[in-house]
Amino acid sequence: MTIPSPRGEVLSGAYGVRKSYGPVSALDGIDFTVTAGETVGLLGPNGAGKSTLLNLLSGLRQPDSGRVELFGREPRNPQARQQLGTTPQATSVPATLRVRETVDFVGSHYANPIPTAELLDGFGLGPAAGKQCGGLSGGQQRRLLVALALVGRPRLVILDEPTTGLDVEARENLWERLADYRAAGGTLLITSHYLDEIQNLASRVVVINSGTVVADGQVDEIRSRVSVSRVSFHTALPPSFFDSLPDTVSASLAPSGATTILTHDADATVRTLVRDEVDFRGLEVHAASLEEAFISLTHSPAGAGQGRTMDRKAAG
Amino acid sequence: MSTPAIPGNMKLPANKPLFTLIRIHTRAQVLEQLRIPVAVLSSTVFPTLALVFFVLPQTAVTSNPEASLISIAQLAVFGVMSAFLFNYGIGVAEERANPWSSYVRTLPAGAFPATVARAVTAMMFAFFALIPVLAVGAATTAGLQLYTDGTLSWWRIPASVAVWLLCGLPFLFLGLLIGYLCTSKVAIALTQVVFFPLAFAGGMMLPPAIFSPGLNTFSLFLPSRAARDISVSVFSGTELAPSSVICFLAWTILLCAGAVWANRRDQGRRFR
Repeated sequence: MTIPSPRGEVLSGAYGVRKSYGPVSALDGIDFTVTAGETVGLLGPNGAGKSTLLNLLSGLRQPDSGRVELFGREPRNPQARQQLGTTPQATSVPATLRVRETVDFVGSHYANPIPTAELLDGFGLGPAAGKQCGGLSGGQQRRLLVALALVGRPRLVILDEPTTGLDVEARENLWERLADYRAAGGTLLITSHYLDEIQNLASRVVVINSGTVVADGQVDEIRSRVSVSRVSFHTALPPSFFDSLPDTVSASLAPSGATTILTHDADATVRTLVRDEVDFRGLEVHAASLEEAFISLTHSPAGAGQGRTMDRKAAG
Repeated sequence: MSTPAIPGNMKLPANKPLFTLIRIHTRAQVLEQLRIPVAVLSSTVFPTLALVFFVLPQTAVTSNPEASLISIAQLAVFGVMSAFLFNYGIGVAEERANPWSSYVRTLPAGAFPATVARAVTAMMFAFFALIPVLAVGAATTAGLQLYTDGTLSWWRIPASVAVWLLCGLPFLFLGLLIGYLCTSKVAIALTQVVFFPLAFAGGMMLPPAIFSPGLNTFSLFLPSRAARDISVSVFSGTELAPSSVICFLAWTILLCAGAVWANRRDQGRRFR
């Protein structure tokens, strides 16, 4: 499906890049590289600078300072984008073009595109080839967009929130296609809000917050650092009662009356609650989203310590 | 500003030739337009309707061959100008807010093929709008007499169509300039404010012969007046002042440079 890449070659990178929109700083001297053959998950809460970074790497925007490279060139140079595949950030298709025409249009930009019929069949869009894109279901549109990212047999694919709005089946189909692409030697850069979503695919995870890299490493390594669970239940006791429990990041009382504890070890927290015969009912345990994990980690004393231990090793 | 990239030694396949890129972008844009037949139809009949409503009721004009040709030429270039300014020029303002067009900008093609494709598409649809103008004009005014009696040669008709389309170019660039600098709501309002004075003072609605001397002098510096004079001259055989051609070229170059500049500084829609 793609041209095998020699390992270790830096395909794209940002070096000391700053970018702000008026008074708002989106990227604050970020250093980041993607090496051939890697699958990199780019994680971070809303507004962390993920999309800005991707826009810079794909040539849509210029940095205020610092250097951005794509295949050793300035990404704003069209030649640099010959082996790059991307998708639009939101679900956006040319409503009146037919599916086949859209794929042909994008494919025509590349030296050796995947034949349209073959690509559409691979994404289960063969029967919809003659439909206007505006007439596709939301899931079909998302699949079409990912198909477009792959049509040019790119060496680097950048996907911004590829699974937003997909049902389970479509999501699995999508991960299968991306796993195929990766198995054939392709390099992937994917953003997500959720660590869980990309942990099976990504070999490396880069977490950014407030425009800088706060963690960079193997999935398990990162996971153990940012893993936080949410234990919620109803109780008559005040939230402050739970602050002192071991592994607790924070405890709060929701307007619905539920008390929520953010904890590094949900098992230990529940065991403690039971052992101490604390009054509770309606116990629920959820994995916290990355965003919650970050908010909690950066707002509590325990979190500050945790944050400091995150090494900021320069990638590549 | 960014520091220049270190010249890479990574081998990449060459981009597609410029002509191929222009062809595929034009094809996509034409198809997109054609799939909305109402939009195509309305822009196609607009200049003809203007002819029917503004010129045909004036028998003093329709019975005079030269006046008829002048009116037809004025309306033709008026139609081209409005189509270029509104449909194709400020259309970029809407597109910039559309994630699909941001996506297209990540493809290995610069802004040039898409912009040329836009101009080619605009000219093609404007061409279809000019055919009924000529047909209705020939059928209902005395203008055709000058061609049938041999006063004017037949080459002037196809030449006029080509000139009318070319005369729209500065307005396409003006529309692009506005479209790249403003959000779509601002662009529409601004274009409307610019469009009517430009068309009126350019002599596209009323012939400049009835202008006051002051207005006439002012008019001679406008791109719309230059476009109008050139269009009228080719079609009706009236004399053309070289200053009109110079004025037209100067505006075309200026607005083209402006559109290119605006395109280069554009980085998609910005929210502040």
